[in-house]
Amino acid sequence: MNWSFFHKLGSPKWFYDISGRWLPWFAVAGVALLVVGSIWGLFFAPQDYQQGNSFRIIYIHVPAAFVAQSCYMMLAVAGVVSLVWRMKLADVALKCAAPIGAWMTFVALLTGAIWGKPTWGTYWVWDARLTSMLILLFLYFGIIALGQAISNRETSAKATAVLAIVGTVNIPIIKYSVDWWNTLHQPATFKVTAKPAMPVEMWLPLLLMVLGFYALFTVSLLMRMRLEVLRREQKTRWVRETLEKLS
Amino acid sequence: MNSLSDMLGMGGHGIYVWSSYAITLFVLALNVVQPWLARRRLVNEEARRRRREVM
Amino acid sequence: MRQIVWLLFCREWRLAWRRPGDLLNPLVFFALVVSLFPLAVGPEPSMLRAMAPGVIWVAALLATLLSLDGLFRSDYEDGSLEQWVLSPHPLALMVLVKVLHHWMMSGLAMVLLAPLFGLMLALPLSSLPVLALTLLLGTPILSLLGAVGAALTVGLKSGGVLLALLILPLYIPVLILGTGAMDAALQGMPVTGFALWLGCLAVLALTLAPIAIAAGLRIGVSE
Repeated sequence: MNWSFFHKLGSPKWFYDISGRWLPWFAVAGVALLVVGSIWGLFFAPQDYQQGNSFRIIYIHVPAAFVAQSCYMMLAVAGVVSLVWRMKLADVALKCAAPIGAWMTFVALLTGAIWGKPTWGTYWVWDARLTSMLILLFLYFGIIALGQAISNRETSAKATAVLAIVGTVNIPIIKYSVDWWNTLHQPATFKVTAKPAMPVEMWLPLLLMVLGFYALFTVSLLMRMRLEVLRREQKTRWVRETLEKLS
Repeated sequence: MNSLSDMLGMGGHGIYVWSSYAITLFVLALNVVQPWLARRRLVNEEARRRRREVM
Repeated sequence: MRQIVWLLFCREWRLAWRRPGDLLNPLVFFALVVSLFPLAVGPEPSMLRAMAPGVIWVAALLATLLSLDGLFRSDYEDGSLEQWVLSPHPLALMVLVKVLHHWMMSGLAMVLLAPLFGLMLALPLSSLPVLALTLLLGTPILSLLGAVGAALTVGLKSGGVLLALLILPLYIPVLILGTGAMDAALQGMPVTGFALWLGCLAVLALTLAPIAIAAGLRIGVSE
């Protein structure tokens, strides 16, 4: 396997150039997928036979939850890369992805709560899924808080990397214990998203929305990373030239 | 007209569906616009600094 | 290797006995938090019994966290932590000794104290051994996980609240399993499964946490 791309990733300039080329494509794809997916999901997908139209919240709740969870995994991967290969770009990715992940968790929680009102009759139920998302939000807050508390840039990056790895080891344990706790205390609650078989007209827009969320997540991440790279490399020549061209 | 309001009302669930979509749209837009604004600020600051240096 | 472990242990022991207040404070805090609940919700025995496992476990969580805040601080400030990092002995082993010593001073005392508070919260006598057993298995996990947070925040001034923010979410499985075991015991159901799970987590924490603590300390000291 050719590993040169991996070593090139260590160069901020190379990343800045290549991400600048990718960014518009991701942006166009993300917006298109989201527009098509939400129009399809809102107006053309059939109603759910039990929940009626409130079921359409699934088209944002589930993608947001997906992105939120995989973003935490990404933090841990970036943490490993940063600790093992000392790649500065991994530090940047770790720092920039955490707030986006927290926002996605927030969206998943809020839409879950809003969905709960027509489904359960109340905004908050200690449902396993929602509780896990709440804990995930706290984990994100921990990472962001630790990153901000340490003033030295390199130390802060390493410390958050360790915390992300520890958190990722713990996530499956937390997830299973919360699931189990839920079955212990609330037997047979009405599961919202666990459908045995979703018809194609229902899950196809969901797929589009998931892809769209991932694309937009990438756009936001790349934009933040590019900004952070410019800030960190402000003293170098190529950044000065780039900034000159931009203004 | 009637069919449009039916479509937006979603059988009484419209308020929940539309508020979730609005919040999500807001958060997604925020996550894209905020780095964009910060980038513009950086570019402007740099330009101002360079002008000062030239003078 | 055995010698260094023993020497470290004796050092920790001597240090701890020079300041007995530090040992006592978490226990008093634990007792205080537990006593607050009857005052807050009323002395109704049936309600207290239903709440007792949760109250005792949350109090144990908070007391452990509070006592861990200063775990590495004095060593960091007087420079001995740097010597630890530089020494040829494995850092993970040394921090393991330190954390286990800390657990013996705080966690073990809580294990011994908890049945007393269980009685005061109207728990039946038969459930008290289960309470002590689950705490015995659970508190080492709390100490080890908390020490990871303490290592990561070692050089920081505002350590306390940040430590709670980092570590409390990671305590959730222990809390769920511990209170679950107590609930099962109160309903007369078997608790072996819970105890095995807690033991499993304890072994996991015992093997993995020292590595993370050592990594955290290396980062903190290098600053």
